[in-house]
Amino acid sequence: MIHHTVVIEETGESYRCAPNESLLAGMERLGKRGIPVGCRGGGCGVCKVEVLAGSYTKRVMSRAYVSAEEEAAGQVLACRVYPTSDVRLKVIGKMAKNVCRPQPPAASAAAV
Amino acid sequence: MAMTGVLRPGHIQLKVLDLAESVDFYGKVLGLLETGRDDQGRVYFKTWEERDHHSVILRQADSAGVDFFAFKVDSDATLAKLEKDLNAYGVATRRIPAGELLETGERVRFTLPTGHDIELYAQKTVIGNEMGDLNPEAWCANAEKGIAPIRLDHALLYGPDIEKAQAIFQDVLGFYLVEHIALDDNQDLAIWLSCSTKAHDIAFVRHPEPGKLHHVSFLLETWEQVLRAADLMSMNRVSIDIGPTRHGVTRGTTIYAFDPNGNRFETFCGGNYAYPDQKPTKWTMDEVGAAVFYHDRKLNDRFLTVVS
Repeated sequence: MIHHTVVIEETGESYRCAPNESLLAGMERLGKRGIPVGCRGGGCGVCKVEVLAGSYTKRVMSRAYVSAEEEAAGQVLACRVYPTSDVRLKVIGKMAKNVCRPQPPAASAAAV
Repeated sequence: MAMTGVLRPGHIQLKVLDLAESVDFYGKVLGLLETGRDDQGRVYFKTWEERDHHSVILRQADSAGVDFFAFKVDSDATLAKLEKDLNAYGVATRRIPAGELLETGERVRFTLPTGHDIELYAQKTVIGNEMGDLNPEAWCANAEKGIAPIRLDHALLYGPDIEKAQAIFQDVLGFYLVEHIALDDNQDLAIWLSCSTKAHDIAFVRHPEPGKLHHVSFLLETWEQVLRAADLMSMNRVSIDIGPTRHGVTRGTTIYAFDPNGNRFETFCGGNYAYPDQKPTKWTMDEVGAAVFYHDRKLNDRFLTVVS
């Protein structure tokens, strides 16, 4: 099964994402506590990212949160974007504080 | 209590990004029945139990959210009176002509200080339901297709100046406060208002962005059906926000989930009976978690931030 590798610019973390799953679905599998996944349907804007490198296909997303210019510049909602190559991205939506905050060393053990 | 004046929520028009995908969802997964399409491309639905032509209208748009939420009133005379009363209260209204929505009479539309468009109307074609109104069966085959709610129940709207919206609903439209979450002695975070004996017909949460939809709610009859709805959501990969669980406010059982384009909906069951003589139930911020999600006793990140 083909997987692409997605790198989060701010943290250097990476995750695998299949071409038929959204960048958000892959990110959710990182299992970080507190990722405020919103609607997963392109309507609420919390999962906004900027794709710095890589190619992707996308589905329609809300203009209330992504202008045509932003969309053309690679600022998109992660729930509506599917990678067709490896991708490097920056998290810019409301979820940024959760994705990018340092994880305390005991966090994974405590979460079990 | 005799039911006069404003009777109940009558319809909501939702914006969707991909009409075909949403029509499929509202029909097959939520289990609403399609009752028409108009020349603007809008698609109309009702529940299997509802008798009027439609309660949900979907419109293709470039963002998600709500266009308007409407209440049915008991007569044309009431419609005219409430229009006059709104104007006298300082609320501007405009008449939307009969037929602009399929099978619907004239609507009186006004914009709340929260940024939401609300409508009143008196006439909508009664198309009945499959059981009929003469010696009816208890239910029909469509009551088991999809989640299949009984009715459009209420909406929770997010915006600023909720006390001004509350004043319009109470002073002009005859609603009363059933429950509220108090930020302090002077201000509420959230209010639940009723025009009936339902726990709420409309609710508001204070929020900086105007005109936002938190959720539109559909009524189920039993907790068992709420659990069945959760199974159907999982089978159909519906994005669930939270639940099945219970609210402290209204004590209703619930699932919050999202339609394919990010509008939150609720499958709701139970809830208190409310009467206008009862003292409103008050919740304080130190117990806000239990007020909203009774079992977790804390809000999830999405409750106050994710709206369409």
